[in-house]
Amino acid sequence: MTRRERRQFFTGLGFTSPWLLGLAVFTAYPVLASLFYSFCDYSILKTPVWCGLQNYRELAGDGLFWLSLRNTLVYAGVSVPLGAVVSLSLALLLNADVRGRPFFRVIFYLPSIVPVVAASMLWLWIFNGQVGLLNWLLAPLLAPFGLTPPAWLVDPAWAKSALVIMSLWGTGNAMVIYLAGLQNVPKELYEAAEIDGATGWRRFWHVTLPQLAPVIYFNVVMSLIGALQIFTQAIVMSSAASGGTGTETDGFPARSTLFYTMHLFATAFYDLRMGYASAMAYVLFLIIAGLTWFATRLSRDRMS
Amino acid sequence: MVLAAMAALLGGGCRDRGGPSPDGKIHVIYWEKWTGPEGRSVRAVADAFNRSQDRIVVDVLTVSPIDRKTLVSTAGGDPPDIAGLWAYNLASFADAGALTPFDEFMRADGTTPDEWQSRYYPVYQRITRHNNTVYAAVCTPAMITLHWNKQLFREAGLDPERPPRTVQELDEYARKLTKRDPRTGEITQMGFLPQEPGWWPWVFCRWFGGELFDGKNITFATDPRNVAAMRWVASYTKDYGLDAVTKFASGFAGQFASPQAGFFTGKVAMVFQGVWYNAYIREYKPGLDYGVAPAWPSAVDGVDDFAMAESDVLVIPRGAKHPREAWEFINYVSSSNPRAQTREELRGMEVLCYIQEKNSPLREWSPFFADHHPHPQIGIFRRLSASPHAVFTPDIGIWTEYQREVLDAFAKIRLLIATPEEAMGDVQRRLDQSWARHRRSLESHGQLPAAATPAQP
Repeated sequence: MTRRERRQFFTGLGFTSPWLLGLAVFTAYPVLASLFYSFCDYSILKTPVWCGLQNYRELAGDGLFWLSLRNTLVYAGVSVPLGAVVSLSLALLLNADVRGRPFFRVIFYLPSIVPVVAASMLWLWIFNGQVGLLNWLLAPLLAPFGLTPPAWLVDPAWAKSALVIMSLWGTGNAMVIYLAGLQNVPKELYEAAEIDGATGWRRFWHVTLPQLAPVIYFNVVMSLIGALQIFTQAIVMSSAASGGTGTETDGFPARSTLFYTMHLFATAFYDLRMGYASAMAYVLFLIIAGLTWFATRLSRDRMS
Repeated sequence: MVLAAMAALLGGGCRDRGGPSPDGKIHVIYWEKWTGPEGRSVRAVADAFNRSQDRIVVDVLTVSPIDRKTLVSTAGGDPPDIAGLWAYNLASFADAGALTPFDEFMRADGTTPDEWQSRYYPVYQRITRHNNTVYAAVCTPAMITLHWNKQLFREAGLDPERPPRTVQELDEYARKLTKRDPRTGEITQMGFLPQEPGWWPWVFCRWFGGELFDGKNITFATDPRNVAAMRWVASYTKDYGLDAVTKFASGFAGQFASPQAGFFTGKVAMVFQGVWYNAYIREYKPGLDYGVAPAWPSAVDGVDDFAMAESDVLVIPRGAKHPREAWEFINYVSSSNPRAQTREELRGMEVLCYIQEKNSPLREWSPFFADHHPHPQIGIFRRLSASPHAVFTPDIGIWTEYQREVLDAFAKIRLLIATPEEAMGDVQRRLDQSWARHRRSLESHGQLPAAATPAQP
């Protein structure tokens, strides 16, 4: 390294130092400290006592850990593919040459800028079993079959589905990214396909979809990470539907919406078992990293 | 330069609260979660305290969520001098070493914890203790009992002035007060719903004579009276139909501080609620003709004065800068002027409870407080406070987890997902493990194994 290069290097370091300092103090240190605490009996105020793999061993036998993991995977397993289909379909529709296109784009994007808590309060009323908008629409449709719509948030069989439905409302972000991806698809490809006699569906399947592969990959991975960490809307809905029992992290009703991060949060901040909660956080980290790796492997061929 | 600026900013943010302030007075920082009448009441008492002497100033700050912020600030070594916690935080915070015991302050004042606490009715003494050590003072005392809608009683042909006196009567009245749509068979009105408001399902066990913790072991599933209570809960769903009840209740689920609450819309005729309900009714359903039962309907032979107590608590976090001055304020809040004849002469606890429209936890009430209380039925709540059968949550370091487990079992039982025996057995197994682990943890930290208060009031 020449003198000049060295000087440039240190100048660069100087300029990035606030960020580096922030990363070290506010991200790297807590992340590493929580790894250490995951091997300790630690309640934040008392000296951590090393307990080896005890927390991880206990996790394996913790019924609530498995229940919360299952709830979360079910939620992610349904909401991520459904969200991808809905947002891609919306993007395709909004990419079409229709009158008032900017207006519709705004309308469909709007929900994603509504704060989660406000959106949750709104959906609480939509899902109301007696006077809710959704059941008002569903009741006449189901009536000919002798069926009645479910009570959604207070019915353990339907509460998770309600959260999935709500998640579809906020797909505006993914939609905008798909829209950008669609506009990047070269027009020549469509023209070539048209000359070859490809129409609607085949054009979509053989041109649009392969060209969108990197965008789909990005959106799916991001929404997977988001879905596995679902927290705010579940807490708000669970708490409100249960009538504010003071234990909003319990996934009312009957733990049907007890998601991983809620169980983690209650363990850490209500039961003050920070060591155990740190172990849970690391397990979630490994799960997310594993699934992301899997998605990357799966899509490698498609994107190359 | 940037670093220096950041360091200066960070350093400037951490002023030393231990030193004297510019006005020469000691500033006690008090974090309170409540706004509304409760928030107004603590500010009024703090103002009165600040005027009553010229050495200490109590600064009330609204902080939310109070438990987590208190915990983190205590861990960070910069807690407030006083925090207004939820009562369910007390045992876990105390076991985590987050609280300053009051016993030393009491001894320094020349009194004993028992003597100091004798000002409270027994149930409130219990609320402020953990493992026989006083860690807290009462700040939002309440008693909970049955409230009924007199108009609906009249319509059902019941005596509007006579609430049910036994559980059997409660069930019978509930049947008479339940209405269905003759066309669809859907429920349009119910006499009683165990999940309304559903905040304290554990209390049904105590009401049926059961114990949740015997001082050594958790007895949720092993005490047959607890199982009987949960069977009674399930009977409501079984008798009226799971789908019908679920659909009916979903219309107002979670609505309690709103005009849509089941009791305010006349959909539920009887409900267990606290002394605060009078103010709620005035706000959300003015003019509602309701009654306050002198006690819970009797569920155990010979017990006709059962009731439940509730209160948030004032604590001094460990590491507070001015614990002594904080204690002086807490002492002030926990006292009153027993000779007060006018609103202006009220002091401490009675100012607090007058503004909150709640019953005072103190045995002695001033003439003005007793006779001019804004709640027309306050005498009932006073008698309930004094009841030897008034209960509060068990004193156990894992109560936060216990409470969640009971709530979950309650939901499963009333939704007929599990039988009471199954649901309670599951809870018992998990809690037994947690309790054993909690005790091991206390031991590994050199704290004595929890020997909790054996007798619960």
